[in-house]
Amino acid sequence: MADTIKLEVSRYSPETDAAPHFQSFEVPYRKDWVVLDALNYIKDKQDGSLTYRWSCRMGICGSCGMLVNGEPKLTCATFLADYAPAPVRVEPLRNFPVVRDLVIAMNDFMRKLQKMKPWLIRKEEKPVSEGEYLQSPEELEAFKQYSMCINCMLCYAACPVYGLDPLFSGPAAIALAQRYNLDSRDQGSKDRFPVLSQHDAIWGCTFVGECTRVCPKHVDPAGAIQQYKLTAALDWVKSVVMPWGGK
Amino acid sequence: MKSAAATPPYTLNHPRWYRKRVSTYWWLQRWEYLRFVLREISSVFIAIFVVETLFQIYTLSRGPEAYAIFLSVLKNPFVFALNVISLLFVVFHSITWFNLSARAMSIRVGGKKVPGFLISGPNFAAWFFISAVIAWLLLRS
Repeated sequence: MADTIKLEVSRYSPETDAAPHFQSFEVPYRKDWVVLDALNYIKDKQDGSLTYRWSCRMGICGSCGMLVNGEPKLTCATFLADYAPAPVRVEPLRNFPVVRDLVIAMNDFMRKLQKMKPWLIRKEEKPVSEGEYLQSPEELEAFKQYSMCINCMLCYAACPVYGLDPLFSGPAAIALAQRYNLDSRDQGSKDRFPVLSQHDAIWGCTFVGECTRVCPKHVDPAGAIQQYKLTAALDWVKSVVMPWGGK
Repeated sequence: MKSAAATPPYTLNHPRWYRKRVSTYWWLQRWEYLRFVLREISSVFIAIFVVETLFQIYTLSRGPEAYAIFLSVLKNPFVFALNVISLLFVVFHSITWFNLSARAMSIRVGGKKVPGFLISGPNFAAWFFISAVIAWLLLRS
């Protein structure tokens, strides 16, 4: 077993570079090291100017998403051992503008997420004295899967539709809208409907399914989008068959 | 590293983000993308099959002579090859469609999610059954 492994890291400095280029680093190869450990080693010992996002090291914060050998991955959960002895290529997430080195601009995602109103909407808030909004385990189960999303944006990097059409709302934003639509405490599905049922939202999705495959939290955004297509289509049929029906 | 002289100057309040263009051949870069594009293209071959079947019914209604011409067209090697390719795409389209149906539908019975194979399974069963009935009708003589 070799005691070092080569990392090819994408570097981009907006002050001096016209386009990103790769820089190679030799780092110690340890079986228990993930790609993020190798990046931290480079930053500590070899090149302090290497720029990337990370925080929790345990797949919760969603900061350290990057392309590892072209595949969107959380670098804190991607072991060097799975790639050794070949060099490991680390790049910023696809489909996003690069700010510096491995850091991407996430403004677009944040704006789209906010448009989905991903919070509990009540027609009338009940006073605190009346207690909590109770929920049965079955009602929790209906949306729990979608609530596991950590906003790591790996699904956006995997989605060719988002790459080709930057207006597309994207997998995570729609899955999180669905997370609140399916919540028994929420009454905002009619508020979200106009945003979700647009061409740039659910109907932009062509069900490539890559978002679901790369999701580190098994959220299944592709499933969420198709299920909402069914909801929207049924809603349309209802509005045609019963135009007088209560909206 | 390219020289800074060739690119617009960097200023603090207007950081230059690097945007990579999506290649025209993005769908050739990963097998998963290619499989998706093939699945989408299969709809063209489904349309060919539908038009062909409509022609078959139309020529059948015009009498035996017209139908004989239709059959002779089908024997043309080019048309035969097209039909073989179409059949492969139709099978691919059907399999992927039924597999996806399980993911697009979330059916709950008694608060529990119905597993995917119980949704796609009956679809596959109905497909095989109807195909078998049609094959039996056509081949029994």
